[in-house]
Amino acid sequence: MSPSQPPSEAPAYSPRNYLNAPATGLRSWLDTRDHKRIGVMFLVATTVALFLGGVFALLIRIELLTPGPTIMTAMTYNRMFTLHGVVMIFLFMIPAIPSGFGNFLLPIMLGAKDVAFPKLNLLSFYLYLLGAAIALYGMIQGGADTGWTFYTPYSTTTVTKVTPILLGAFVLGFSSILTGLNFIVTTHTMRAPGITWTKVPLFVWSIYATSVIQILATPVLGMTLLLVAIEHAFGWGIFDPARGGDPVLFQHFFWFYSHPAVYIMVLPAMAVISEVVCAFSHKNIFGYKAVMYSSLGIAFVGFFTWGHHLFTSGQSAWDAGIFGVLSMFVGIFTAIKVFNWVATMYRGSISFKTPFAYFVGFLFFLVFGGMTGVALATVSLDVHWQDTYFVVAHFHFIMVGGVMMAFLAALHYWFPKITGRMYPEGWGLVGAVLVILGFNFTFIPQFLLGNEGMPRRYYAYPERFWPLNVASTAGASVLAAGLVLVLVYTIIAIRWGPRSVANPWGSRGYEWASATPPPPENFEETPTFARGPHEYDDSAEAPPTPAAEPSHVR
Amino acid sequence: MSAEAARAHPRLAHHFESLEKQVHAARLGMWLFLATEVLLFTALFAAYAVYRYLFHETFAEASRHIETWIGLVNTIVLVTSSLTVALGLHRATRGDGKGTALFFGLSVLLALTFLGFKAIEYTHHFQEGQLPGRFYTYGEVTGPGASLFFTLYFLITGLHGIHVVIGMTVLIVVGIRAGRGAFSAEYHVPVELAGLYWHLVDLIWIFVFPLIYLI
Repeated sequence: MSPSQPPSEAPAYSPRNYLNAPATGLRSWLDTRDHKRIGVMFLVATTVALFLGGVFALLIRIELLTPGPTIMTAMTYNRMFTLHGVVMIFLFMIPAIPSGFGNFLLPIMLGAKDVAFPKLNLLSFYLYLLGAAIALYGMIQGGADTGWTFYTPYSTTTVTKVTPILLGAFVLGFSSILTGLNFIVTTHTMRAPGITWTKVPLFVWSIYATSVIQILATPVLGMTLLLVAIEHAFGWGIFDPARGGDPVLFQHFFWFYSHPAVYIMVLPAMAVISEVVCAFSHKNIFGYKAVMYSSLGIAFVGFFTWGHHLFTSGQSAWDAGIFGVLSMFVGIFTAIKVFNWVATMYRGSISFKTPFAYFVGFLFFLVFGGMTGVALATVSLDVHWQDTYFVVAHFHFIMVGGVMMAFLAALHYWFPKITGRMYPEGWGLVGAVLVILGFNFTFIPQFLLGNEGMPRRYYAYPERFWPLNVASTAGASVLAAGLVLVLVYTIIAIRWGPRSVANPWGSRGYEWASATPPPPENFEETPTFARGPHEYDDSAEAPPTPAAEPSHVR
Repeated sequence: MSAEAARAHPRLAHHFESLEKQVHAARLGMWLFLATEVLLFTALFAAYAVYRYLFHETFAEASRHIETWIGLVNTIVLVTSSLTVALGLHRATRGDGKGTALFFGLSVLLALTFLGFKAIEYTHHFQEGQLPGRFYTYGEVTGPGASLFFTLYFLITGLHGIHVVIGMTVLIVVGIRAGRGAFSAEYHVPVELAGLYWHLVDLIWIFVFPLIYLI
């Protein structure tokens, strides 16, 4: 198959676009109802959070450069890893792709003018800022030292400022709920003519599955964090064993949200990847329905896996076994996606651009991280690895390796769509190589450390763990250098980059059918889509013939 | 653009194609929001279930030391308020904004009655020392978990009380708008949504009453 030309319906560069219409100036952004501007504001805010969390991460790695004290006290170290977790999870990974790219793209991909509730959408952004401000206040006041999981009874008795951090996360939860609610209603009610349920882009399906989790799980977390805050402030005894409370109940409540929250983070990453793999292989997605149903399957089964965080918390062997098996179902659904992505690449005409480089990185990290996840879901193995660096490395492979690769892939893939300009491709590839290599050097040593028994969250360690810790810190420096490089050239490209053509990738995604950058209402008139969102084969317009099907995939 | 007639409707937001779709979206959004509210309370109900299982005797006894008659009266008051809200919505479907305002006003009075009884009840608890956690000083129920019962009691009824206040505010705002003729027989979705929210507040109480007062 030859590389597809830009689809004929893609309009040229639009001089009147969302960036300059209806008005420019700070005020027109701050009280905008335009989902694209809100999405961009989320992207800026979450990028700031990423760098804040990154600084905390680097400080942790520098501290662990030597076995003893290096640059900070044990108390500061405890605060650093707590803040690293809180910032990265609540301020970066949960909102970055859904609220940032999702906001920008989901209505366009559905041919809609905006999300269903634009005011709620803006409210969601301000709740994010409010939650971030409250959490930041807590950090300036000294931060918390509980770890991002806030386990009781330590979190209810610590002298550090845990209350503002809890309340900040509580408010951020509402931001997340409103975004999810908006996306579900938008997907149900605002699809343009021709976009039937099986022609909804896979990006939207995956974000939709994310939204379901956001709506159903976040309220429970909100309540739980509020209970911890109340107990910390007033001593009401909810989770306090001294007053009859059950600390393990907290763990159940916490992970009832926080395990599905892992899929709030990774499903949007999969959303991005499904789009990127088609666009850069110039090929129809292989197994649209399999990818779509596996997103919904992950969202569903994700609600029944939380107990695998409690294998060593006094759960019965039966519970542990059942939760272990249920957790492995996630591996099956993920594998379905991976096989379909790989099959999409097969016999495609691949252009190895920066987003594709991140896609390759993503695939490796997801498979490697996912396999270690299946291993961790095995109870007997988990008892050995519980609370070691093996777990840290596992979830960083999925979370950072998955989410950050997808975030960067999305940033480069939709950079022309969002800004109307191009990033420098050469520097893009250099950045991708640095990030992917740096990431591997940071976390592969941590797998080895964990397997040798180095516990997580410890301030000091025996000398035999020294070399691997040095390797990990060196890797983190390369990773940081890569990210700074990406930040620098994107900022330069936003201002001075060359103007992009309407559809630089020849992508057939619905979002490229609007002008670049999109006009304020996305489309001059309501579009109708005759073809599917991932169809690169023009003969697919006709009833499918055997030749049009991707044949002999084995 | 289809539905030119509907486009002329002053309530149609710019990003919707027709008023029908807009109303559909608003309804769906409200139902999803109600789902999040249910889950918010579910966490507390789950905690109640776990602690009731752990401290079965104490919880049963503690629930006999609170005023069941107030709970019963409040249940009747809230169910009646749901009826008046439903009647208000019925008036709205006929385009009778004044009737809606009247019935919503009645519902707000019933909600105030509910809060009044609740205040009497809370005063009793404070006098008796039936308070959460370390503030618990009540002498008649002393078994393990006694203070936890009242912790959960105050959390559940307190959160529900906050929802009653929010619901009242919504009823007042929508009722005033209805009285001023903001809605019509074909567009009255805010009245409907306010009603939905109030019914949820009522529904949650229907679960709270037996859990706390009866069993």
